[in-house]
Amino acid sequence: MATVAQITPDIMPMAPIAPDAVVVRFAGDSGDGMQLTGGQFTLSTALAGNDLSTFPDFPAEIRAPQGTLFGVSAFQINFGSTDITTAGDAPDVLVAMNPAALKTNVIDLKPGGLIIADTGEFNDRNLAKAKYTANPLEDGSLAKWQLLSFDISQRTLESVKPFGLGNKEALRCKNMWTLGLALWMFDRDRQPIVDWLTSKFAKSPVLADANIAALNAGHAYGETAEIGGGGLDLKQLHVAAAPAPAGLYRTVTGAEAISLGLVAGTQLASLPMFFGGYPITPASAILHHLSRLKEYGVTTFQAEDEIAAISSAIGASYAGQLGVTSSSGPGIALKGEAMGLAIMTELPLVIVNSQRGGPSTGLPTKTEQSDLYQAVYGRNGDAPMPVIAARSPADAFDCAIEAVRIATRYMTPVMLLTDGYIANAAEPWKVPDMASYTPFPVTFMEEPQESGFLPYGRDEKLARPWVKPGTPGLMHRIGGIEKQVDTGHIEYSPANHQAMTELRRDKVLGIANDIPDQAVEIGQAGGKLAIVGWGSTFGPIYQAVRRARAKGLDVSHIHLRYIWPMPKNLGDLLKSYDTILVPEMNTGQLKTVLRDQYLVDARPLNKVSGQPFRIAEIEAAIDAALA
Amino acid sequence: MNDMTPITLTPKDWETDQEVRWCPGCGDYAILKAVQRTLPEIGATPANTVFVSGIGCSSRFPYYIESYGFHTIHGRAPAFATGVKLANPSLDVWIVTGDGDGLSIGGNHMMHILRRNLDCQILLFNNEIYGLTKGQYSPTSREGTRSPSTPFGSVDHPAKPAAFALGSGARFVARGFDVSKKLPDVLKAAHAHKGAAFVEIFQNCIVYNKDVFADFTEKKNADEGQLWLENGKPMLFGNMKVGSTKGIALDRQKLTLKVVDVVDGDWQAADVIVHDVTNRSLAHMLVEMPFGLFPMALGVLYDDPAPTFESAVIAQNAMAAKGKVPDIQKLVSQGQTWTVAKA
Repeated sequence: MATVAQITPDIMPMAPIAPDAVVVRFAGDSGDGMQLTGGQFTLSTALAGNDLSTFPDFPAEIRAPQGTLFGVSAFQINFGSTDITTAGDAPDVLVAMNPAALKTNVIDLKPGGLIIADTGEFNDRNLAKAKYTANPLEDGSLAKWQLLSFDISQRTLESVKPFGLGNKEALRCKNMWTLGLALWMFDRDRQPIVDWLTSKFAKSPVLADANIAALNAGHAYGETAEIGGGGLDLKQLHVAAAPAPAGLYRTVTGAEAISLGLVAGTQLASLPMFFGGYPITPASAILHHLSRLKEYGVTTFQAEDEIAAISSAIGASYAGQLGVTSSSGPGIALKGEAMGLAIMTELPLVIVNSQRGGPSTGLPTKTEQSDLYQAVYGRNGDAPMPVIAARSPADAFDCAIEAVRIATRYMTPVMLLTDGYIANAAEPWKVPDMASYTPFPVTFMEEPQESGFLPYGRDEKLARPWVKPGTPGLMHRIGGIEKQVDTGHIEYSPANHQAMTELRRDKVLGIANDIPDQAVEIGQAGGKLAIVGWGSTFGPIYQAVRRARAKGLDVSHIHLRYIWPMPKNLGDLLKSYDTILVPEMNTGQLKTVLRDQYLVDARPLNKVSGQPFRIAEIEAAIDAALA
Repeated sequence: MNDMTPITLTPKDWETDQEVRWCPGCGDYAILKAVQRTLPEIGATPANTVFVSGIGCSSRFPYYIESYGFHTIHGRAPAFATGVKLANPSLDVWIVTGDGDGLSIGGNHMMHILRRNLDCQILLFNNEIYGLTKGQYSPTSREGTRSPSTPFGSVDHPAKPAAFALGSGARFVARGFDVSKKLPDVLKAAHAHKGAAFVEIFQNCIVYNKDVFADFTEKKNADEGQLWLENGKPMLFGNMKVGSTKGIALDRQKLTLKVVDVVDGDWQAADVIVHDVTNRSLAHMLVEMPFGLFPMALGVLYDDPAPTFESAVIAQNAMAAKGKVPDIQKLVSQGQTWTVAKA
């Protein structure tokens, strides 16, 4: 059991017995470059062969007023020599670049955990902004933790002095100094970071040199300094590489994995991709990634609004490419009417929803799973649409391919649910062997039909033909008005609407015949308790169930990828347990759908704080459910 | 893109088997005929032609044209058309919209398709009323319009479609009206323009806003009410046979247009302006010319092509892809990687 190995004061930092997992959190002002520091530390961690999971947690404001509590930006990483699936419950090490960062984060630090603080920023002004009445570094209030405080700002300034930077610019190298220290602490190679800095600042080599000097200075400080204070002597910790199947690995964020999966999916379908998007946090990264991949037949279009983004994508699908659009909750709401049109005109389309806290603008940079109702039910009329959900950054790759497969095989829009946590978090990813994926090339109808062309005729899967404008002899008109069965002509008659509504429903429900049966992640069918999850709660549920089973508890983990339609065996599987518990970052949406579909007593475990579940929270719920 | 034996098409070839569902006497019938007459003359082929529409009376248009057609959602036709054209630039794309669809709920998209200059024809049927929802006033209704939603008369200032289009950056702006014999010529010019061609077509809603354009569309008002613009020709109107010819000239003091009398056909002496379709400043004055004090400017007001959106996108895509060999295996293997050896 890896994730929360204790690093107690007697082994860390005094006597470095290698733990099998460590959680580090970098916290600072939103202008301090903490996300960058975290990202580079992640890279070095991955290159060291550790398994890892990250949690970037930043404010919605780009540069919130300096020193304020709401302007704190944090990056947490959990890395270890065993299987890591969450960013960790509580940090072992907290790097606090200013008083506000300390105040908002120290509460999460494990008792006995290590605080590294920059005394240079603990001045009266910053203490007041963080609403400290006394300096916490001096008043003994941090006694239950270990404290290493020294003037990082001053040391950074000294290290970059030779480069003649202005004071402000020089201080911006602070994050690299800190990263250097962290690299030393965990026995990491500096070279990949040096290479990265050299290429990042290729246009201003002096900045590259200054940052590298700061990085080296931080590293040297760890190596040589005798860190005083309470007699602490900082020692190096080496976390061994995690055992992993042989092969090529890289780190990937959810947004990257979705972009790559969409490209792979359209290649497997032998289609060009048209991506219509509109900037919105946290979905924009997908637009950014895809806009650089033109050589894969990708056209990206930044539309004037969310509605135009999906409408242009549907237009492109109509013209024979795969239309894709992406947004987050508020943008998805705007796209609802157009999704109905895609359902009515039975055109393929992939809609990626990177969920965030809602309703309305809600919590733009915080994660939530509260769009499940919107995905499954959120349109006017009976508007059935397949919905699938990714469990992790790496899983998002396969989910994106699956979304393309279902959309093109069934001539239907498909919603792919991910969330702010998956979109931004990184994890190691075993690079897939693309030859192992079965292609699913699309066939357009191109020949005039001897028996007469029926735009709404159907194959055995109930999918209608895809005919590109430009095809001679197959001219036809489509639109949002109810269609006559087969011909697609405007038809309002009662019997026809009944028949068409049922056809649209049955087509989507039929997808259940084309997806795998629901598996049990850990445990077995039948028993006292099933924990049923979907989306990014996978990590904490998985670890909590593992721990509970290690204690001998009868609990299994079921994780849904297919939210609509659900796998055919799911009802029977759920009914084989005495109790069903559904942890969700909403107020119980999957729970309601399960109750509705299967009349089972699914019970909710809900968290809507904008933060992912902690393993301990789910563990406690398991204990309570089995008590 | 379709190498078919050229067959001479007739207006009949562009009719569908669908029953037309507009009110008897609706101006849309005349516009439909004008379009069906125009299409064979410009050499269009049904397979390569796409009509895209939004919602409203005008937006039923695609169902009645034997080509590809997409009746989409309210106001969004320009966005759908953008996707269609970017996915297949060889398609001949026509957008049919109305004053409510195109300037109220879809005003945003109209602005952006014009500034981007997507190659398509945009036919905005302006009847200054919401027809399909039973007669509410629209963004082009004149102040004081009494309707079910404005029983005491509307109080807001109307939008001017042609001025809106020009202000949005349109490179082609024209006007016609439903029963005009010259409408096919306007449509032909729109089609000949490479880029977004905006055509405002005054349309008589005989049920909810009957004869609202009669002051210039009726035969008896044609001479005084219509100024048909022709490139390179003086801007003349009035009854030329009985010698009451008038022209449009520039008031150089006020920098506005003015109506001048033309004596004995000597328009040069009257300083009448010669129409230049590429003169954007002139176009701005023509779209703002208040009807009543002036005749209604009809025909091609402005036509000055610029590079189109889809050609720029395609060129950039090609440039960005140049020399790069798509290799999906390589793509997924990019970034900082490491290898785990067999244990």
